[in-house]
Amino acid sequence: MENLLEIRWHGRGGQGAKTASLLLADAAFNTGKYIQGFPEYGPERMGAPITAYNRISNSPIVIHSNIYEPDYVVVVDDTLLESVDVTAGLKESGAIVINTIKDADYLKKVLKGYNGGIYRIDARKISEEALGKYFPNTPMLAAIVKVANIMDEKDFLNDMRSSFNHKFAKKPEVIEGNMKALEMALNEVTKIN
Amino acid sequence: MSIRERLSGNEASAIAMRQINPDVVAAFPITPSTEIPQYFSTFVSNGQVDTEFVAVESEHSAMSACIGAEAAGARAMTATSANGLSFMWEMLYIASGSRLPIVLSLVNRAVSGPLNIHNDHSDAMGVRDAGWIMLFSENNQEAYDNLIMAHQIAENKDVMLPLMVCQDGFITSHSIENIELIEDDKVKDFVGKYQPEHYLLNHAEPVAMGPMDLQAYLFEHKYQQAEAMRNAKKVILDVADRFEKMTGRKYSFFEEYKLDDAEIAIVCMNSTAGTSKAVVDELRSNGIKAGLLKIRVYRPFPVEEVAKALSHLKAVAVLDKDDSVNAAGAPLFTDITSAMYACSNVHIPIVNYIYGIGGRDTTTKEISRVYEDLQEIAKTGKVENPFRYFGLRKGGK
Repeated sequence: MENLLEIRWHGRGGQGAKTASLLLADAAFNTGKYIQGFPEYGPERMGAPITAYNRISNSPIVIHSNIYEPDYVVVVDDTLLESVDVTAGLKESGAIVINTIKDADYLKKVLKGYNGGIYRIDARKISEEALGKYFPNTPMLAAIVKVANIMDEKDFLNDMRSSFNHKFAKKPEVIEGNMKALEMALNEVTKIN
Repeated sequence: MSIRERLSGNEASAIAMRQINPDVVAAFPITPSTEIPQYFSTFVSNGQVDTEFVAVESEHSAMSACIGAEAAGARAMTATSANGLSFMWEMLYIASGSRLPIVLSLVNRAVSGPLNIHNDHSDAMGVRDAGWIMLFSENNQEAYDNLIMAHQIAENKDVMLPLMVCQDGFITSHSIENIELIEDDKVKDFVGKYQPEHYLLNHAEPVAMGPMDLQAYLFEHKYQQAEAMRNAKKVILDVADRFEKMTGRKYSFFEEYKLDDAEIAIVCMNSTAGTSKAVVDELRSNGIKAGLLKIRVYRPFPVEEVAKALSHLKAVAVLDKDDSVNAAGAPLFTDITSAMYACSNVHIPIVNYIYGIGGRDTTTKEISRVYEDLQEIAKTGKVENPFRYFGLRKGGK
């Protein structure tokens, strides 16, 4: 499979990690890619750790299994860092993107010597500032698009605007806030390793 | 031009149903098939279909309502999974025995107990002798395509049997993937109008449906049912031909993936076939002659064709996502070995692997190991233990 990109999402039930993985699949689909977006269903309930996955490729994707050696990992909730092995199988050529305000030393320690890229973003601050509420998945989506260089930032923003227009047809007042969250996240995601 | 989309297997199935626009849909929700009637009921509310949607109180009633509707002369559909299908069980036989071409979308899930909502094929395998045509689907595209072809097969006057389209619960039902949809008007033309020969609401020909059928005739009626299943083979291929002319997508009884010149091969169904294709490609790039036979049509079982397609191999592994719990082989293995014995003069070493029970994830690594085992078997020509497992914790503990 040519240029296969594999991404694993870690979040807690209710934070929208599954929705973010589906939105990422949507955005990549709109650039002409072959995509998969799927959650790993377990005993789902608010606050329980959940995993979701994306495959993105230039050619049809035939594999139907979970992802064990991802190119990228997105951590939507940093309280998972000490309880879930988020870097398991993560390629050192890839990167991990974490929603956190913890310092670099702590992150390096808790990631058990992972030598690939480590990116940090304060999705809580962005979300609360842009939306007035804590929905970390929108900023995390923008962060992974930037870090994994999945598509041109302008194309991404245009595409997301049309997705939001459709998704929030009955709540148009939240569209600008979500767009602002995406733009802030593209600017604020920072490499710390 | 087809329509490029990205949909989950459940969404794709619901859209196929919208395009088919059946007269009646009767369904009761059960994970992981719930989304199908859920999306479909939205189409009903939005006036996108003319269907009478019957929100029944159980799956037994869902199948009963479909039986009543079809007997009356309507086209009826439903969707279910696992225990929902189990609860339909007695009505499944009444549907096929009454020769009512109902179409069911089965999103495969483990039958309880203990309770498990994830994928395996125990639900489908529990009804493999119920007289239903059974088509299996590797991904959302095939789940959609099989549903579009379903009525033209089931309603053919030489067939008149109910049909179920299977896909893997969650693995394909809840995974968003690329898909090519067919335009609504093309589907409408392809599926056509249902014109049953005999039906209850035909006042010009009063008939009885479902009367007592004792020693004098039941045997003949069961024979006719079996003949209809045999007839279905030709009809399935004819419909696939017409479908290919419309879409360019080719279907048959099974898909042979790099099987022509293969020395070793896996036989499996549904989503595992895709994962196996990735492994076959990898092995081929290393010069190993690996192939795959993916069963699409499980009932009627294409015995002669399967035996012929496998007859040149040095070793075969049959993967069953279900266990017959019979101290012997699982269903697909039993069918394949029976086909090889009855319809082929060659003896090929064959092994059975039970895998993926209750949603245990199936990886390329595990499939690779099966091919490694096959290479070893091909070398020695010997099978020490034909009844195997993979993905099982050591010692089953």
